[in-house]
Parts: sequence; structure tokens; C-alpha cells
Amino acid sequence: MINTLIQGILLGGYYAVIACGLSFMFSVMRIINLAHGSLAVAAAYGLWLLASKFGISPFAGLLIVLPVMAAFGWLLQRFVLERSARGGTLLPILTTFGLSIVIDNLLFEQFGADTRSLAPFIGNLSYASWQLPGHIFVGKLAVMMMATAIVILGGLQFFLSRFALGRAIRATAEDPDTAGLVGIDARRVNAMATAITMVTIGIAGAFLAMRATFSAYAGAPQLLFAFEAAVIGGAGSLWGTLAGGIVLGLAQSLGAQLHPQGFLIGGHVVFLLVVFLRLFRSGVPTFSKIRAFFLRSPA
Amino acid sequence: MTFPSNGTSIERWTTSSRLALAAMAMALVILAVAPAFLGAGMIDRMTALFIYVILAAMWNALAGFGGLVSVGQQVFFGLGAYFTIRLADAGLNPFVALFVAAIVTGALSIPLSLFMLRLKGGEFAIGMWVVAELVHLLVNLDRLIQGETGTSLISLNVYDSTTRRATIYWLALIAMAALLGTLFILMRSRAGAAMQAIRDNEDAATSVGVRVIATKRLLFVLAAFGIAVAGGLWLATATTFQPKTYFSVQWTAYMIFMVLVGGIGKFEGAILGAILFFVIETFFGGTGVWYLIGLGATAVLFSLYLPHGLWGEIERRFGLQLLPVGYRLTLPDLLKDKR
Repeated sequence: MINTLIQGILLGGYYAVIACGLSFMFSVMRIINLAHGSLAVAAAYGLWLLASKFGISPFAGLLIVLPVMAAFGWLLQRFVLERSARGGTLLPILTTFGLSIVIDNLLFEQFGADTRSLAPFIGNLSYASWQLPGHIFVGKLAVMMMATAIVILGGLQFFLSRFALGRAIRATAEDPDTAGLVGIDARRVNAMATAITMVTIGIAGAFLAMRATFSAYAGAPQLLFAFEAAVIGGAGSLWGTLAGGIVLGLAQSLGAQLHPQGFLIGGHVVFLLVVFLRLFRSGVPTFSKIRAFFLRSPA
Repeated sequence: MTFPSNGTSIERWTTSSRLALAAMAMALVILAVAPAFLGAGMIDRMTALFIYVILAAMWNALAGFGGLVSVGQQVFFGLGAYFTIRLADAGLNPFVALFVAAIVTGALSIPLSLFMLRLKGGEFAIGMWVVAELVHLLVNLDRLIQGETGTSLISLNVYDSTTRRATIYWLALIAMAALLGTLFILMRSRAGAAMQAIRDNEDAATSVGVRVIATKRLLFVLAAFGIAVAGGLWLATATTFQPKTYFSVQWTAYMIFMVLVGGIGKFEGAILGAILFFVIETFFGGTGVWYLIGLGATAVLFSLYLPHGLWGEIERRFGLQLLPVGYRLTLPDLLKDKR
């Protein structure tokens, strides 16, 4: 039981990493990016390609993949998202959904139906563990993911409050026109924010590929996990997204204990419960709280 | 709220719209007797077209008129098929089961709407997807379905293939005509005016006393029912039920493609989109992955460069109104605002 809880909490680290990009992008551009999961899978394929074809370790591979993701994010904002966001709130949903179909099927076209994993390229990291008292084993990769989640979330918060670009992003998100009056180029700032989001998506993709197998159509579940973690967490503080990830991880781990198919069911049920309870308590949609989390000035 | 109604309804009709309605009635009559001339393969394809029109019209009702973009409409498609199997297994005639299943699905969508409709924009879109995934997993738990292996609608076997094919064709035609007719009448009713007000500006609609949630619920339930009918009909043509196929997000992708290309929020747009999708599928469906890439890319391009779709363009260029819905046509100055 304690083992299940610990594994569930650590799994939450992965969900926090993948959720933070989705939340960040929403908080700045007010776009819920439905291609989020597909982009993470694309990054995973990139790392897999570098490792299997050129023998580049996935960690070194990140030095190549993350800048590529960032550049792609810049282009994505400039040529796709910017235009679709002008058409109201519904259009970006349709655009990014279409984009996810294109990405998924291009990956399938290119890499076929085989499942892949980065596990063979990272030594024994995918299964190495530390033993805790009471026959509990804690995976080294899981701990690494949790640490990364804290660093990314904390880092984003620090960046938004302490750096000029971070403040410009917050200002643009609040009111692009007024930000423009004080010399902030909203287009450039939004493109930078998308680039930053894509870096976090790239890291999430790396973890996805290291901890399990993935295939061309693995993007949709990743999007749903990210969304569930973001909504369950509801943010409000640095720990919101992390807590959301952990609750999701716990629900899935406990669900898996109850029934062979319970892993996913557990996560979905907890998500719907949270939505249900929250709506009847406040009626406030969650993502507005997430915006407050990222955009709030530091205390 | 006062509308200058009082006998102005006649002015909604233009010559072109009268002709369009007459043409549609003619088309329905021709389609109704068509099985006598068509080969088996053609009958099946036409049935598929009717199902696509239903899917497009229902998704358009929800997204185009209610402003509710859902990426989880496959849940109703899957449930329509699932309940058909369940009811047929309990001994109900499969063709009757198909419509009872849709009613059950529509009824289930009422409690679901109570909390899903309070989500906004993207939260609603992905939230519905989560619901679809959850329902898919739960259906898999049913012993009768045997997990992803699925099962088939065995009770259809009592009909010989010609009778079966023709019956499904007519049922699909009737369902399509009835659902389009219902939507058309609904759009021209008081609820229709509310819907179009919501579509144009939800906040403004609220401020003039439109019951936004009630109107959206009406659309949500209608779309759930219509899509469930489509799911049941699809099951009747395919006979096998594999949860993975019926609860696939691909169905919603098709609906989005049809509506985006045809023209979101246009009654005629969904029909046009479904016909186009049908033609594209007929010619390129065999190319598999590239076909899907093409659909996705086209959807992206339309959303970016032609967000009102082909029908929106036609309407704008030629000032054409084939099937006038709602009151705005009686007020020429309001019509100009729409442009």
C-alpha cells in the first residue's frame, strides 16, 4: 500500500512536467493546445532517432532536440496560433486539433506502428532504484522526473517574476495593447512564450520515452493526462500543478490496484469528480485559476 | 424581448430558398426510390453519406450554433452502437433497438450536460474527450462486449442481405431527413433565435434574457441523440462492434473536418461539408495515412484562412440563402451586420 502511494506520487512528477507546458501556454496566449501531446511524442521520436541512428545519448540529444522544439514553437506561434487566436476562442481548438492529426499521422507514416522506447539508450536508469526501509524501491528515473518537475515549475515562476522577458510575457498576457504602448512587442513575446512551452514539452517527451514505450498515436493520452493534471491541480500556487500531477498519479496507481483496467479509469474518474465538485462549489472554470498562478506577481 | 414577427415570416423566403426547398424535397423523393436502381455497393455508400450528413449536422448544431466545440462526440456514436447491441441482445428487434438506443443515449446526455456545460471553451472540448475515454473503458468492462475483441449484431442475420441493405438505407434516409427537419424547425423557432443569438455573442444574448444554459442543453441533447442514431446505423451496416473503432476520436475529427470545410454555423454548410467529405473519402480513403494527413491539414488551413467555410464564401459572394433559419432575414439591416 505504502509502495503504491509512493509510486503514485512519483508518477505525478511526470504529469506535472507535461501539464506545466499546457497550463503555461493557456495562461499566456489563452490557447489550450490540443497538439500538446502529439508534440511531446514528436520530441520523443526525435530523441529516439538521434539515439538509434547516430548513437547520441538521449541526454545529449536534448541539447539538439530542445532548441529545435523551441524554434518550431516560434514558427508555430508566428504562422499558425497567432492567426487562429484572432478568430476567437473556438478557432484555436479546431486548429490545434487539426495540427495534432497531421503530426500523429506524419509520425505514423514515418515510423510505422512499432512501439519504441528510449530505455535501451540510458543504461540501467529506466529500472535502477534505491531501496528504502520496508522493501520499498524508488526508481531513480522517477525521482529525477519529480526533481525536474519542481525545477521547471519553480524556474518558470522565477523567470516570470525576475526577468525582463518574463515580466513582458505577463504584461502581454494581461493586456497586449497597453503592453504595446510601453514598447513591448506582443508578437515577439508570444513567440518566445511558445518557444519556452515547447522546451517543457520536449522534456516531457524525453521522460515519456524513457519511462515507457510510445508510438505515433501516443499523443492523445498525453494531452488528456496533462489536461487532467492541470484541472485537478487548479493551481493557485507553485504547488498547484505539481499537486494535480500527484493526485492524478495516485488515482491511477490506486485504480490499477483495484482492477486491471483501473489505471486509466481511476485517473478519469478523479478528474470528473474534481470538475463536478469544483463547479458546484464555485462555478469558476479552472483554467482561469491557472492563469492567475502563472501571471500573479510574486508575494 | 420583442421581435417584429407578425406575419413577416413569409419574407424569410426568397425565390432561391423556395427553389432550394423544392429541390430538397425532390432529392428526398428520388433518394427514397433509388434503391430500386442502385447496386448493392452504391446503396451502402449512400447509407454512409446519410450517416455523415447526420454527424456533420449534429456537430454543427452544437459547435456552430451553441458555440460548444466538443472533441468527445464519439462518446455518443459509441454509446448508440453499444446500447443497440445491448438491447438487441435482450431480444429487441435490431432496427427498433437502434432508435431506442439513441433515446437512451439522449437521456443519459441530460445529467452529463448538467456539469459539462459549465465548462468553458477548451475545457469543455477536452473534458468531453475525457468522458469519451472513460465511457470507452467502462464499455470494455461489459462481459457481452468481450473487451476490445468486440461482438457483433447477430440478430440482423435473420434478414437476407438485400432486405437488410435496403432497410438500413431507408432508415438512414428517414433519420437524416427527420434530424435535418427537426434542426431546421428548431432553428426557426424561438429557441432557434436564442441559439443564433448565443452563436453571435453569448454575453449579449445573456444580457437580453436568453436562457443560455437551457438552450445549450437542448442542442447538447439533440446532438447526443442524433449522433447516437448515426452510431446505431453504422453498427447496422458494419454489424461488428469493436469499442476501439466506435469510440475513436477519428469520428469527431471527421465531424470537425466536414463542418469546418462546409461552413461552421451554417445550416447548409454541414450538408455541403458532408458531401465533400464523402467524395474525398471515396477517392482518397484508400491512401490511409496520407488521407488523414490531408484531412488534418485541410482543417488547419480552413480554420486559418477560410473560417466561415465554403458555404460562408458562397453566401458572401452571391448573397445566397437556400434554407433560411431564424429571424434575421426579416431585418435587412441586421443581415448586413452579419457580413
